[in-house]
Amino acid sequence: MERADTPDMALSRTSASADPLITLRGVTKTIGDGVLTTLVRDIDLEVRRGEFIAITGPSGSGKSSLLYLLGLLDVPTSGEVFVRQVPVNALGEQARAAIRLSVIGFVFQFHFLLPEFTAFANVKLPMRALGRLDDAAMDARAGALLASLGLEDHMHKTPGRLSGGQRQRVAIARALANEPHVILADEPTGNLDSQSSEQVLGIFRKLVDETGRALVMVTHDLDLAARADRQIRIVDGQIVEPSA
Amino acid sequence: MKLILDIAVTHIVSRLRQTLVGLLGVAMGVGFSVMMAALMEGSQRDFVSQLVDNMPHITMTDERRNPPRQPAEDTFDVVQFSGLRTPETRPGIKNPYAIIAELEAWLTGAVAPSVQSRAVIRFAGRDTAANVTGIDPRRERDVSKLATQIRGGTLDALYKSSNAIILGDKLAAKIGARIGNTISVASGRGDVLTCTVVALFHSGISQSDETQSYTLLKTAQILAGQTGIINAMRIRVTSILEAMAIARRIEAQTGYKAVSWQEANEDLLSAFEIRNFIMYTVVGAILLVASFGTYNIISTITHEKTRDIAILKSLGFTEKAVRRIFLIEALLIGAAGTVIGWALGYVLCIALGTISFKSPFMDATHLPIHYTASHYAIAALVALSASAVAGYLPARKAARVHPVEIIRGAS
Repeated sequence: MERADTPDMALSRTSASADPLITLRGVTKTIGDGVLTTLVRDIDLEVRRGEFIAITGPSGSGKSSLLYLLGLLDVPTSGEVFVRQVPVNALGEQARAAIRLSVIGFVFQFHFLLPEFTAFANVKLPMRALGRLDDAAMDARAGALLASLGLEDHMHKTPGRLSGGQRQRVAIARALANEPHVILADEPTGNLDSQSSEQVLGIFRKLVDETGRALVMVTHDLDLAARADRQIRIVDGQIVEPSA
Repeated sequence: MKLILDIAVTHIVSRLRQTLVGLLGVAMGVGFSVMMAALMEGSQRDFVSQLVDNMPHITMTDERRNPPRQPAEDTFDVVQFSGLRTPETRPGIKNPYAIIAELEAWLTGAVAPSVQSRAVIRFAGRDTAANVTGIDPRRERDVSKLATQIRGGTLDALYKSSNAIILGDKLAAKIGARIGNTISVASGRGDVLTCTVVALFHSGISQSDETQSYTLLKTAQILAGQTGIINAMRIRVTSILEAMAIARRIEAQTGYKAVSWQEANEDLLSAFEIRNFIMYTVVGAILLVASFGTYNIISTITHEKTRDIAILKSLGFTEKAVRRIFLIEALLIGAAGTVIGWALGYVLCIALGTISFKSPFMDATHLPIHYTASHYAIAALVALSASAVAGYLPARKAARVHPVEIIRGAS
């Protein structure tokens, strides 16, 4: 795996807990050739350590687009994105990938596990890509993560042999593999039944409370959003509540 | 790198049927390329070696490459000669044994004097034209394989009777002569010698076996009506590939025309070059077609794995890493196909080598196959290069996948 060390090192140097982990300043994202569509408009947002933020809003309001901008999967058309106060707009693909690998963990509505790999191998994948731990340490961590999510009996099953809730828990374990500072979850309970949804939300809550990680969750479900520390409502790509 | 390799292996193992099809495509390409190259080069080498073995590597004759200028031409610019007649008798090589001694001083090989003339051989009322070559049997052993090609007698039998002659086996058959028969040999000048057939030879080259005969130098000189004449030197060199350069040196040293086996068979050798060009073009085309299979498989895998690519990139895999995964998959298919292709090619060569084959020009009993590592190496190089290109194009496309577009589409 190719890793860019410069942004990583810069991030390590600026690790004061009071500082925002991710900051968006006046971020706008438009797409299209000729006819432009604005996905998010002039967003200012700070994600701090130990925060559980829920982003709500109607379909097509720009919730997921905002999440992808926070996760450096997308580049803003204007405005600036900072990760631990380091501006990242100008970074190349390789450096942004390195930040995603070490600082950010993603959980999507669809589990996105590699179907040929077991749950255990899927969880090990980001650790192997980062290459900070030796094989034994990676095995131990992957095992512990899966066990902590109640999957100790399902470690060596491929995703096809797991239930929807179990797959999503494996995806959460994978997102936590490299001990990221921020977890970004895009409709993580969208495909789950109420029991599994409750389980996932409990995991998220515990994660924020016990490890101090930041968690940003996009959801349609206002009841789930109510369990977050902070709610942000987006309409037509703009934050309307609380007012920006 | 191990992670990338693991993912690549997992992809191709999980698509076992497709992988096998691609692998067999490469294997067939490599196998048939190896077989074709071995067959083509085998037949070429066999032909050349028969040719080289059956004739002296260099023949120096009493001719000059360019006609000597007449003294009048050197004196007067306006003088021109036309209609000059070829002398009826060949001039012969001056001081032949001195020349042999001079050549043997530096030449790595052997030199033998000979007398070459044309004659009509008559036996039992049947006539046929033949080349009569007068040789020194003791020296001849060092310059040709005639001694080993003798059937029903020995080369030394030439010493056993006066006017002894050795005939090509097909020549003897043509006139119905056998060993011990007495035949008439008539020279172009009308002189007739009565000769005894003391042995037959079989070179394997029809043209030689049907028209060639050998006598002692003295007999051929009598037939030519020129006592003591030597009109050709037959030279065999240790390094046959240097024959052309050695011939040039001999010519420069003696002034007589020296023709190497390469020059004598120039047309044939240039035909071989064209044949080789065609062969390598066909081999390249076979492997190119095989690479389309690899391209197809990698394209299919990248298409099917678009979602996985998106998630790998969202996890932090770079474009380069994603590109490597699919490039490695193509190279793995190419490498595995190459190894199977080597085995297939080898087996095909062995199988072809067992097929009996009869040529109208020479009597090869089996298809000649040439085994060399270079055929395998060239096939592998082309197959792997083609696989790399075939894999690179879809890999590059895969690496450019924008994860957001895929994730949005899947959600």
